Amino acid sequence: MSKPLATTRSATGIPTGRLAVWWVLASEVVIFGGLLASYLMHRVGHPEWAEAAAATNTWIGAFNTFVLLTSSFTAVLAHQAAERGDGKKAARFLTYTIGGAATFIGVKSFEWATEIGHGFTITSNGFWSFYYTAAGLHALHVIAGAIIMGFVARDAARNRELHRVELIGIYWHFVDVVWIFLFPLLYIAK
Amino acid sequence: MTEHRHPNYRKIYFTLLVLLAVSVAGPFVGIKWVTLITAFGVAVVKANMVIQNFMHLKWEKRIAKYVLAVSLLLMALFWGGVAPDVMKHAGLRWTNDAAMAATARGIGPAHTETSAESHDAAPVAEHESVPAEPAGEEPPPVP
Repeated sequence: MSKPLATTRSATGIPTGRLAVWWVLASEVVIFGGLLASYLMHRVGHPEWAEAAAATNTWIGAFNTFVLLTSSFTAVLAHQAAERGDGKKAARFLTYTIGGAATFIGVKSFEWATEIGHGFTITSNGFWSFYYTAAGLHALHVIAGAIIMGFVARDAARNRELHRVELIGIYWHFVDVVWIFLFPLLYIAK
Repeated sequence: MTEHRHPNYRKIYFTLLVLLAVSVAGPFVGIKWVTLITAFGVAVVKANMVIQNFMHLKWEKRIAKYVLAVSLLLMALFWGGVAPDVMKHAGLRWTNDAAMAATARGIGPAHTETSAESHDAAPVAEHESVPAEPAGEEPPPVP
């Protein structure tokens, strides 16, 4: 199968696919960065939000951080396997990462259901608006990443398009990095 | 495919878990600056470890670093332009009465979706009143 020209040339010395991922992430930095910066400046201006923040569950946040760090670890092991040409092993590690994503979303669903049950909704006040917006946008990225990873894993298992294992991995680590900042902002700073 | 150097991922992963434990343990010390360092300082260290080693930015060409640096710079520009007005509730010729009132009022008990007062609090808090400006400007908000 012939490939488009853009996938075979590399003007910057970085393979085009990987460069595209960096561009995506640059825009993601502005999206999440803007959101988190807005939250931070409002939080400084509204010390009373600490009262609302005290209601978030640090242990659930910590567990989900553990899950994402572990899923990043398996994603990078998948990349290593792909570079060694072992597509089956790469696919297996990607499946573990998808499992991490499913666990993360499952835990988050339980957490949100509990919080909403206690009357903390997105319209309760400024803190909860930021909480659900930031964590919700992040959760959508987790879901999107897991779906794409499914396609990449399916190809990798047949030793096809192994370079994509690295590309989805870079994206996944970024999702992990966003959570690394969301965790102290939403769960630890009481 | 470009060959990368692969560091010891297991070691990095376990270091990240130890740092996670440090961020969770920080608030138990009960000292504010310790919590700030263990929460946000450690977050920066963890993020840097992931970016450099898992995302392989350490071995990436410089142009990718520039692309990311520019987006961080845009974020800093946003912060510099907006943060002073949001973080403070009064300046030389302006006061943000609604934000001050919201802060003084506190956040109150857990709300249900039918609580009208809580719905109003956040949007009003963002309006500014500028008493020194001539008429025709946006009217001051109702506290």
